[in-house]
Amino acid sequence: MERNPIRRQLANMRQSLFDQGYLDEQFIQLEELQDDANPNFVEEVVTLYYRDSGRILLNIEQALERKPFDFHKLDGYMHQFKGSSSSIGAKKVKAESTLFREYCKSGNGEGCMRTFQQLKREYATLRKKLEAYFQLARQAGPMETACRPK
Amino acid sequence: MELNCNCIEPHLPPDDLLMKYQYISDFFIALAYFSIPLELIYFVKKSAVFPYRWVLVQFGAFIVLCGATHLINLWTFTIHSRTVAMVMTTAKVLTAVVSCATALMLVHIIPDLLSVKTRELFLKNKAAELDREMGLIRTQEETGRHVRMLTHEIRSTLDRHTILKTTLVELGRTLGLEECALWMPTRTGLELQLSYTLRQQNPVGYTVPIHLPVINQVFSSSRAVKISPNCPLARLRPAGKYMPGEVVAVRVPLLHLTNFQINDWPELSTKRYALMVLMLPSDSARQWHVHELELVEVVADQVAVALSHAAILEESMRARDLLMEQNVALDLARREAETAIRARNDFLAVMNHEMRTPMHAIIALSSLLQETELTPEQRLMVETILKSSNLLATLINDVLDLSRLEDGSLQLDVATFNLYAVFREVLNLIKPIPSVKKLHVSLNLAPDLPEFAIGDDKRLMQTILNVVGNAVKFSKEGSISITAFVAKPESLRDPRAPEFFPVPSDNHFYLRVQVKDSGSGISPQDIPKLFTKFAQNQAPTRNSGGSGLGLAICKRFVNLMDGHIWIESEGLGKGCTAIFIVKLGIPERWNESKIPFMPKASTNHGQTAFPGLKVLVMDENGVSRMVTKGLLVHLGCDVTMVSSIEECLRVVSHEHKVVLMDVCVPGMDGYEIAVRIHEKFPKRHERPLIVALTGNTDKVTKENCMRVGMDGVILKPVSLDKMRSVLSDLLEHRVLFEAI
Repeated sequence: MERNPIRRQLANMRQSLFDQGYLDEQFIQLEELQDDANPNFVEEVVTLYYRDSGRILLNIEQALERKPFDFHKLDGYMHQFKGSSSSIGAKKVKAESTLFREYCKSGNGEGCMRTFQQLKREYATLRKKLEAYFQLARQAGPMETACRPK
Repeated sequence: MELNCNCIEPHLPPDDLLMKYQYISDFFIALAYFSIPLELIYFVKKSAVFPYRWVLVQFGAFIVLCGATHLINLWTFTIHSRTVAMVMTTAKVLTAVVSCATALMLVHIIPDLLSVKTRELFLKNKAAELDREMGLIRTQEETGRHVRMLTHEIRSTLDRHTILKTTLVELGRTLGLEECALWMPTRTGLELQLSYTLRQQNPVGYTVPIHLPVINQVFSSSRAVKISPNCPLARLRPAGKYMPGEVVAVRVPLLHLTNFQINDWPELSTKRYALMVLMLPSDSARQWHVHELELVEVVADQVAVALSHAAILEESMRARDLLMEQNVALDLARREAETAIRARNDFLAVMNHEMRTPMHAIIALSSLLQETELTPEQRLMVETILKSSNLLATLINDVLDLSRLEDGSLQLDVATFNLYAVFREVLNLIKPIPSVKKLHVSLNLAPDLPEFAIGDDKRLMQTILNVVGNAVKFSKEGSISITAFVAKPESLRDPRAPEFFPVPSDNHFYLRVQVKDSGSGISPQDIPKLFTKFAQNQAPTRNSGGSGLGLAICKRFVNLMDGHIWIESEGLGKGCTAIFIVKLGIPERWNESKIPFMPKASTNHGQTAFPGLKVLVMDENGVSRMVTKGLLVHLGCDVTMVSSIEECLRVVSHEHKVVLMDVCVPGMDGYEIAVRIHEKFPKRHERPLIVALTGNTDKVTKENCMRVGMDGVILKPVSLDKMRSVLSDLLEHRVLFEAI
């Protein structure tokens, strides 16, 4: 049981991220890698993720403006995006990417567009939540080793 | 009388009686003479062959002329003219000529005619002879056929009774016998008993002693022997009024099963014969012909063979039945054993769980209790509770271990460990008790004993602890000495275990530990029982508080370590020495560049498992690259990161032990790297291990990886534990293919 109220709030926020399905096991793996040698490992990874994936998303957007769709290229971009998302454990985002790829494979342009919008929404939501989470974490000070969610 | 008529007068008066008779005779003669040629012509015409036509013509002419003469004679009885006389004379002359010619002819013909008859007789004899011979050949051929048929009949069945009956019946039929009988030797071998006969349905148990001269005569020859119809063997029919037919007897060898092991037919070694007696019908005046005797001999041999076949079959059927019975029994026993084992396992499994759970609770809560604030008395009580429950837990573990040991399902946890530390640990654990009992414990480690060894340290410690513990337990005073040294090959052999042939090699050595105590000793007859579980010695000498499992478990552990354990004691009160030898591995030199096995006891999460392991990570995706790097850094590796194939190939060197590459990017042929790395480092020990990280779960990926020569495939996502275990497996086995 956390004694510090901030810590408790942090824990709750973290738990809710898992419960609501935004994050999965992979995120915990990242947290485990965080130690005294790398105290901000998770935040660094997430920041890198947003930088990288932002670029990819932009590419996809540009590709979607050109008709007809180059599904092969789109699939390629989305593959990269999916890889990054799964590396940090972004569950919902990853699901949307998978869906996008399915549509690409079946050549469904309409579906691609729809999914992409949804994906961007999820992506933005997650980003906000994670930013809030890390801000709070910085406030709380060095975290103790995370416990696995029940 | 005046004669101007030129007539000739007969000599006698015409009315004379004689003249009359002459007249009539002449007439009849003429008649006959004229009819004979007619008959001849008629019959000759009828017959097909008659070579003497010319003779017949002559003869016919002669006859006709004779007839004519006599006919003309009829006119000369009365007065007749000169013309008649002339005709008469001409006829007579002609007749004379012809008859002389005929007479001459007949001289030639008659011998011929006579010889025809001789020839005819000769041919008739010849024909009769040939008929006889034909009959003989036919008989022989028929006999041959009978033999074949008989043999076929005899061999077509494997039933002894049928064989013999058929033989008799067929023989009787073939040879037309009156009686046919078989005499078999009795069990004692001193008599021949009438076993089968042809005509009588139920032969009386008629016996004949075996040492009669006639029987010996028959037995000593392999041919059919004629015997007298009056001998006891042949007195099978009620005495007839007539002459009994000829009797023949032949021996039938009864071959025993074991005789067939030798290749040639044993002539003299078969002692047992049966006797077959054949009787021709009485009053037939038939004789035994040679071919019939041959037939009988052949049949006797065939019968012998058929009988032995029948005997063999009987034997093998019996053996088979026996085997089947045994099989069934064994099967049942096996199933019972299996059931018992299953029951025991179930019991153990349940009991194990049931026992451990409360144990766990007790131990856990007791230790927690220890942490809290306690009064000294309370603390003492809690400590006692803890110690007792620990003991109990150990006992439960022992029981479980033993059953697992027996099942063979226990496996040693082999690792490198510090041998000296094990001994020191044992000493520390055991120290309190001897100090209380005022016993002196000494530990003696040989200088050539290696410090580190490869084996199961936990179980080794358990064994040493058990042995030393026993020594301490059963000694009331004196000293206990523990010695450990490397066993030399000669000293390894224990007379009590002649099968134990330890052979030290480069990788292994044999550790010999001797624990000598000056306690109450054991009597020699109890020594074997020591290692049987649950068997306890009688109370006075060794009052053991344990369940008797300890030594049994030790023995099992020692056996698992390819060793041997035994106890020597000179008797009660003279102390005893427990000795065991186990096989341990020799670890390789401790080298930083090689990855040593850290002892499992000191591994814990968060600590580096692979210090300084140089790993090259290739991943296009920055985020996942960073994550992988983080994983490896956490494990203490020295990580180099590259993001493309070219860079990877440029950077890779023989210092890198592992190359982790992400191959799930479509379009990029990560496989090419593997091939290029193989080319760059042809020697296996220089080449880094190549491992693919992929999110693809299909077999194709795995097969592709294997094909290009990768050493392993790991499925993303990779957790910290997974990475740790993967790396350790990889470095140990140099290959890892995770089941995809």
